Amino acid sequence: MARITLNNIRHSYLPNPKSDDDYALQRVHLDWDDGGAYALLGPSGCGKTTLLNIISGLLVPSEGQLLFDDKDVTALEPDARNIAQVFQFPVIYDTMTVRDNLSFPLRNRGVDEQVIAQRVTEIAAMLELEPMLDQKAAGLTADNKQKISLGRGLVREDVNVIMFDEPLTVIDPHLKWKLRSKLKELHQKVKRTMIYVTHDQTEALTFADQVVVMNFGQILQVGTPIELFECPTHTFVGHFIGSPGMNVVPASVVDGKVQVAGHVIDTASDLTNLRQGSVEVGVRPEFVRFADVGIAGTVETVMDVGRHTVVKVRLEGIDQIINAIVDEGDSIPDGQVHLQFDAAQTRLYEDGWVVAEIQG
Amino acid sequence: MKTSNPRAWFLVLPVILLVAFNALIPLMTVVNYSVQETFGDNLFFWHGIGWFQDVLGSERFHAALGRQFLFTGIILAIEVPLGVAIALAMPRSGPWVPVCLILMAMPLLIPWNVVGAMWNIFTLPDIGLLGYTLNSVLGIEYNMTQSPLAAWMTIVAMDVWHWTSLVVLLAYAGLVSIPDAYYQAAKIDGASKFAVFRHIQLPKMKKVLTIAILLRFMDSFMIYTEPFVLTGGGPGDSTTLLSIDLVKVALGQFDLGPAAAMSLIYFAITLLVSWAFYTAMTKDDQN
Amino acid sequence: MTLEIQDVTKRVGAEIHIHETSLRFLPGHFNVLLGETNAGKTTLMKLMAGLDQPTSGNVLIDGVDVTKQSTQDRQISFVHQFFVNYPHFSVYENIASPLRLARISPSEIDRRVREAADLMKLTPMLERRPQELSGGQQQRTALARAIVKDSKVVFLDEPLANLDYKLREELRSELPQLFADRGAVVIYATSEPAEALMLGGCTATLHEGRVSQFGETSDVYRNPVNLTTAQVFSDPPLNTATVIKAGGRCTLNAEVSWELSGPQSQLADGEYMIGVRPHHVLPTSISVGVAIAGSVQVTELSGSESVAHFRVGEGSWVSQSEGIHPYQVGESHTFFMDVSKCFFFAADGRLVA
Repeated sequence: MARITLNNIRHSYLPNPKSDDDYALQRVHLDWDDGGAYALLGPSGCGKTTLLNIISGLLVPSEGQLLFDDKDVTALEPDARNIAQVFQFPVIYDTMTVRDNLSFPLRNRGVDEQVIAQRVTEIAAMLELEPMLDQKAAGLTADNKQKISLGRGLVREDVNVIMFDEPLTVIDPHLKWKLRSKLKELHQKVKRTMIYVTHDQTEALTFADQVVVMNFGQILQVGTPIELFECPTHTFVGHFIGSPGMNVVPASVVDGKVQVAGHVIDTASDLTNLRQGSVEVGVRPEFVRFADVGIAGTVETVMDVGRHTVVKVRLEGIDQIINAIVDEGDSIPDGQVHLQFDAAQTRLYEDGWVVAEIQG
Repeated sequence: MKTSNPRAWFLVLPVILLVAFNALIPLMTVVNYSVQETFGDNLFFWHGIGWFQDVLGSERFHAALGRQFLFTGIILAIEVPLGVAIALAMPRSGPWVPVCLILMAMPLLIPWNVVGAMWNIFTLPDIGLLGYTLNSVLGIEYNMTQSPLAAWMTIVAMDVWHWTSLVVLLAYAGLVSIPDAYYQAAKIDGASKFAVFRHIQLPKMKKVLTIAILLRFMDSFMIYTEPFVLTGGGPGDSTTLLSIDLVKVALGQFDLGPAAAMSLIYFAITLLVSWAFYTAMTKDDQN
Repeated sequence: MTLEIQDVTKRVGAEIHIHETSLRFLPGHFNVLLGETNAGKTTLMKLMAGLDQPTSGNVLIDGVDVTKQSTQDRQISFVHQFFVNYPHFSVYENIASPLRLARISPSEIDRRVREAADLMKLTPMLERRPQELSGGQQQRTALARAIVKDSKVVFLDEPLANLDYKLREELRSELPQLFADRGAVVIYATSEPAEALMLGGCTATLHEGRVSQFGETSDVYRNPVNLTTAQVFSDPPLNTATVIKAGGRCTLNAEVSWELSGPQSQLADGEYMIGVRPHHVLPTSISVGVAIAGSVQVTELSGSESVAHFRVGEGSWVSQSEGIHPYQVGESHTFFMDVSKCFFFAADGRLVA
């Protein structure tokens, strides 16, 4: 197990990068504690796989250092770093039984057979693979194969970090939640450092203690799921997390007050240091209410999601859609409506980044 | 899921007719000859299975068959491991890939009789590059027309030179299709190069190797042109493989009956061994 | 415009892939086929599209029996899960391909292609090849090809399954509008209940080759006729337990029992299976709640909601609540089940209350 430090790491796939755009991964400077569960969340092409490959050793970064417990491992080969990785599709040794698959990493390291047998039994019990131990690995279902992949990482006592590269990609949708819960349960049991890469916010938020949200090779925010949900520091983070994501509408500041579509609203943001950039207001659909007065709009569509309803309202004056959530059982408005935003959960964003909040 | 469409048969009909005309009808002719006897002047008498009994009992046939199995066995034992080894050594990506592929493809493109002729000249003891080097420079006695061992080694070397590339290309195709993740996982698991070969590369190449071995078996079992041009079946009959013997009987002695019977037996053996071979190799997949 | 299947079955060897099914699909809204992987959604769609022949039964489009008609003659569009585009054609050509085969005039082709591209936001990429596009853009190209044809029936086989989460959300809200005013019958297959709910229209729940219910989506969701439908249409999975009804009381186990009211109390005494959706099992007390204590096994907090898996007797239940609710793993917590939202199923799976 190790504390992982990423020291000013940058990476470009081009031999002679000139500008920021040439870098697939912009400056990363992070400290991760031992035994935590971390997620790298972002859309395709955001740089999360690049970062994962740098940590696992499959890629050497153009700049910067990677430290495991203060030891520089930047140029070290993957097998010398004591890591384990679970890939997008199950990687198992077809010719071997499940037992042999799980024993393989230990056998390669010359561990005593009795110790191997005991470890394998322990891990197989944790992963619910016991009934299949003597079956050929090739014949199992995808989710069981992924468990074997994971098991090979868990059998080794000396593993510093276990990495998951979108591991639920090939799993049947109705089994995904089961494997997701199992991963979380496992982390709570073994307490090893785990890094999970995904584009699915549900997977990231349910698994990790700390989530790193990325886009365009840049880290936008690092925080707990609750922090990311309640206080997104970038409009992209707000939009990406939550289903539906945060509403982002253009706004203007007039006479020291924020206006959206001509209507004055209260926000949690401190307006004293605004730089005359383009401002936007961000508020989550959960904090948008229907009232008798407020920002005017028309209801466009109503989507029943079971436990609540998502109402799309087109604002008057500006061509923007706002999502609002109405709880199950509450009456659903129609036609012309007025919206109120919960001030404590409404923030101002300048050029995409959140404006500091009013203190006190 | 396939949609059954009877109209599809009409599209295949021209091909069926062509194959029938070019293959089935001549085959039927052979069957016809194999059960009849002639004394010339196009007069045929029913001979039943007489020719088959003669051929199957003949010493000469057994000897030729034995030589054929020996030859096929030797070249399979050399070409398959060698082909796989070369494929493993070839780069999987980068600028050298097309160069390697072309180099490998070249021996396959040469007409077979030219291959035989090339090696013939190459191994001439006085003016051939190999022959001269072995005899005069290295002092090894080498004369293909006199020593059966030299003749055998030459035909084996020629076949290996000519056909290993096929195994290489097929094995390479199989190797290239293995996703990188497998190698990465093996690295992380601390697997040695041999373990990687045994547990990842070989299993994944299994299907292509089955095809490669089957093809090489069938082709080498039927081989005619190259050894014939090279040694003519000699010295004596030491390199008279089955097809060479068949041609001698059919065209040399003009014994149509025995030749036809021999052809059919030949055909049956090839079919039987190929089938047994294929079933054995794909047995695991059925499980 | 209607698409109807009558007593259609599909048998492959000894296995029955589709049991006798009769359905009628109308245009103007999405017709969703909801079911797990291998429930038979793709099989059923292929039977309707003509890509496969039913073992028995008929397929009718607009009242005309087309069972024996080839796919090409049926004038349909099919969008697969794995974006199928012609790799050597530009996006423009890809979208235009069905029109070119129909021999429509080039000016008309141009107009329709640009219209479809505009709808799918592909206009800046018309000259590119599919490989140069992202997954979402490739799928939009496939969708554009389906729209441009103006077919009578459009089949969408889990088209969003391979896309990023957020992209799926975006396209999901755009899709119904795209097809709304075309008068075509749209059939959409998915394995996500949330998606079925968001798309609206009518839903058919499939399980092991059988349609357990077909009707208006929110109706199928709120009033399942049997246990299978309720289970297919729940994500996270439906919480179930066997209960015994005696007189006016319903007993789950030694600790949990409650008084019944309304139609539930009118049931015959005996054993039933109850089903209750996770978002009706809450961590805080509610007026119609019945307390159930369980040891919390796994918690999943995602900001907008909190999910807890806890043990109830031999089984495991799931509670889903809005907002953030901190749980202690391994500790016992009392959850409250909303009895008014409880489904009662008889031994044969039918909904009885």
